[in-house]
Amino acid sequence: MATDTMTKDGVLAARGGTFLTEDRTAAEVFTPEDFSEEQKMIGQTASEFMENELGPKIPQIIKLDYELSRELMRKAGELGLLGIEIPEEYGGLGLDKVSGCLVSESAARDGSFAVTFMGHTGIGSLPIVYFGTEAQKQKYLPKFASGEWISSYSLSEASSATDAMNAKARAVLSPDGQHWILNGEKMWLTNGGFADVYITFAKVDGEHFTAFIIDKGTPGVTLGAEERKTGIKGSSTRPLIFQDAKIPKENLLGEVGKGHKIAFNILNVGRFKLGAGVTGGAKFALKAAAEYGKSRTSFGQPITNFGMVREKLGEMAIRIYVSESIVYRTAGLIDKNLEGVGLNDVAEALKRIEEYDAECSMVKVWCSEMLDYVVDETVQIFGGAGYVDDYPAERYWRDARVNRIFEGTNEINRLLVPGRILRKALKGELPLFQKAMGLMDEFTAGPSFEEPEEGFLKAEERMVKGAKKIATMALGIAAQKYGKGLGDKQELLGLWADVAMETYALETAVLRAQKKAARDGDAACAVQEAAVRCFAQDAMDHIEASAKRLLAALDDGDMLRTYLTALKRFGKRDAVNVVALREQVAASVIDAGRYTL
Amino acid sequence: MKIIVCVKQVPDTETRIRINPEGNGIVEQDVNWVVSPYDEHAIEEALRIKEQKGGEVVLVSLGPDRAQTALRNGLAMGADSAVHLKDAAFDAADTMGVAKALAAAIKGIGGYDLVLTGQQGVGGDNSQVPGLLAGLLDLPQVTMAIKLETGDGKATVTREIEGATEVWETSLPAVISAQKGLNEPRYASLKGIMAAKKKTIEAKDAAALGIAAADLAPLTQVASLELPPARPAVRMIDGDPETQARELLRLLHEEAKVI
Ligand SMILES: Cc1cc2nc3c(=O)[nH]c(=O)nc-3n(C[C@H](O)[C@H](O)[C@H](O)COP(=O)(O)OP(=O)(O)OC[C@H]3O[C@@H](n4cnc5c(N)ncnc54)[C@H](O)[C@@H]3O)c2cc1C
Ligand SMILES: Cc1cc2nc3c(=O)[nH]c(=O)nc-3n(C[C@H](O)[C@H](O)[C@H](O)COP(=O)(O)OP(=O)(O)OC[C@H]3O[C@@H](n4cnc5c(N)ncnc54)[C@H](O)[C@@H]3O)c2cc1C
Repeated sequence: MATDTMTKDGVLAARGGTFLTEDRTAAEVFTPEDFSEEQKMIGQTASEFMENELGPKIPQIIKLDYELSRELMRKAGELGLLGIEIPEEYGGLGLDKVSGCLVSESAARDGSFAVTFMGHTGIGSLPIVYFGTEAQKQKYLPKFASGEWISSYSLSEASSATDAMNAKARAVLSPDGQHWILNGEKMWLTNGGFADVYITFAKVDGEHFTAFIIDKGTPGVTLGAEERKTGIKGSSTRPLIFQDAKIPKENLLGEVGKGHKIAFNILNVGRFKLGAGVTGGAKFALKAAAEYGKSRTSFGQPITNFGMVREKLGEMAIRIYVSESIVYRTAGLIDKNLEGVGLNDVAEALKRIEEYDAECSMVKVWCSEMLDYVVDETVQIFGGAGYVDDYPAERYWRDARVNRIFEGTNEINRLLVPGRILRKALKGELPLFQKAMGLMDEFTAGPSFEEPEEGFLKAEERMVKGAKKIATMALGIAAQKYGKGLGDKQELLGLWADVAMETYALETAVLRAQKKAARDGDAACAVQEAAVRCFAQDAMDHIEASAKRLLAALDDGDMLRTYLTALKRFGKRDAVNVVALREQVAASVIDAGRYTL
Repeated sequence: MKIIVCVKQVPDTETRIRINPEGNGIVEQDVNWVVSPYDEHAIEEALRIKEQKGGEVVLVSLGPDRAQTALRNGLAMGADSAVHLKDAAFDAADTMGVAKALAAAIKGIGGYDLVLTGQQGVGGDNSQVPGLLAGLLDLPQVTMAIKLETGDGKATVTREIEGATEVWETSLPAVISAQKGLNEPRYASLKGIMAAKKKTIEAKDAAALGIAAADLAPLTQVASLELPPARPAVRMIDGDPETQARELLRLLHEEAKVI
């Protein structure tokens, strides 16, 4: 396709965190409108497969059916859906992150299966892809790619999941040096009930945190009972127990004492994909809500005739649009940065992915919270029917909740955002503090009276610039006040993370719509324009409110008044009729009965 | 066996169709284009024959640039190569013009044992191209195939007729059109998709096919196009079965006036 090369060429592997300190153009970001022909076909295969093979089986899947889960995984494996991130020489396809995201979106047709699928292809397979020896890769990866073996990842323990390095599980080398003897109890093992392989972590000699590959049936390894979960009831979650478990010495993964490298990196490389999964899930929920709303009459008319119902459907679609935008921008950044780096240079590949730690955490948090909003409103639109299990709304709602808990809780991921940005700034990779100083100068010099530029989303483009200034200024002031001690000020870091996330989200949405408008003409993007203009107002309100709380916690009196004046100037914007804009988006959702942006 | 499959790109049946202001076509913007489902059965059948007996599967599609995606889909399913007939002159063509261009392309490919098509193209649903093709190529034709077995120089085709099935034997080459139920089309596997990237799609315009403007002059014309009337809201009838039945009867009689 003609657009393929055109758009790919312009995409820039901008460095991580520079969304705060640099201006981007639309051509430089990857958007869902830039999918290549192959990516679209992969998405289509995945979506047809999930619709035809998974769709009719959902009622059975959610009763927790190990055999059926395995069978569906095997079929997915036959099509190649499990091998996207496994290199070709080990039976996979070695494809890009964007393709992986498209497949994850489709798997989210059912929340339980999505977790089974992503548990296997992500945290289950990637430790061996990135850290396995040649023999381990040969032994496991082809079977992971085909779905003959299902994998699982066991990092958490009852007393330490967030704090995983504090694991109690222990390993010692057997006297003959042939086995590792493991003792301890892991918890929350996704796919545990039907997995063939468990990747796990224990401290060698009680000290050195280390990863191991455990085959099902290894003596001394047993599974505890299934957790009785709130949602994703069709996903297996069990404890994994070691009682003098004998692990062959060649099943050591990576080096003794280097387990933390595996644990952290694997979470980082998979995190943004959760964003894709929840975006897909939200689209299914919106479809259910729109279809139900159109068919439900109240006061003699479909409830989709009522403004407050329409408003919800419009807002759901707007947030999904933004969510989709940040997922694919981030996946596109990683793909671009990985160009030319093969998995034979794992250290380099990991470094290039790690570059976007802050972005990946933002995607994880923003998108999982987007999903909770969407499923909550889905229940609301179903009314009483949303609260009973004859309809899918309550299942979507229950299934969604865990996304804010696993893959690093949203608190931990919020902390990571300023953490990574500050680290880059301190290492001199990001001119954040210089920019912050410059802003104070700009501010004291007084307002400028430039004529605003006219054009497609130009007003919103100015808001993005203002948002970046607010974020930079706020972090600059906070770092100046607390120095290294800022790390302990969690509430402040959390507020700043919100400012940064909304800034990234807003910029990304603006650039995506502008990119489409540049290609298809402004008129073809009227709904996207309405969505972005509407979101821009909300994002700026959110940014200002969080920044204000943050600044008020940093200073008071005249200094605070000065900061707030700067905040007001950087956030300056005209009020727009968001009610009408949201209605415009709602009309398109209701007409189509699904997400179409 | 060398099998040629004709493929049409059509709007996804889930697309919300809008009529253009001239009232003679649809608005193409925001339409999701797919391989016509009947043609997917034709492609699948060709691939199965090839898998059993060896040979080659060549796809042919007439359509604008976007039709290349439909060909790429067929290649991803496993077809070997494709020919894309595209020319601004084809825009004016009706089913006869399309059949003439396809027939010219098929003759150009040559050496084939079988031409497979879908029973109809979803959307237009004319069911004309297969018959016209058989006529233009001077080949026997069997329509509505729900089962196909190929032998030496001949094929046995089960076709669907009202309330029954018929079995025909035909010499090959022949034009056979696929009805739903012929098979279960495969998904394009990811390996297939990546392999399709490297397969060639040969483009041919009217001149390359030896088709003149006069050949494409339409014999038919769309006078107007209208969407079906909006479906009225569903009405639920409450009460015990007897009350419901009575009320239903009354409504059918008095309001719907169908009994
Ligand atoms: C359905 C399900 C499937 C799972 N699958 C897997 C799996 O396959 N493999 C695996 O290893 N694990 C898995 N987990 C475990 C999951 O990763 C943990 O539940 C998660 O990391 C939270 O840890 P925790 O439950 O111990 O909560 P805690 O760590 O006890 O956290 C409780 C609360 O305190 C907050 N908190 C904790 N520490 C801090 C801090 N330093 N600063 C601020 N706030 C803090 C948290 O954000 C949270 O709100 C799964 C969990 C669930 C529910
Ligand atoms: C657990 C449970 C217990 C219950 N207990 C009782 C009980 O003891 N007694 C009893 O009589 N009922 C009971 N109900 C019924 C409950 O009051 C209704 O479910 C509730 O009033 C919503 O009505 P509905 O389910 O028909 O939703 P609908 O009326 O179909 O509403 C669907 C959506 O459309 C919106 N909507 C509907 N009309 C309009 C409008 N005109 N303008 C804007 N928006 C509109 C609603 O706000 C909602 O978001 C119970 C329900 C539940 C779930």
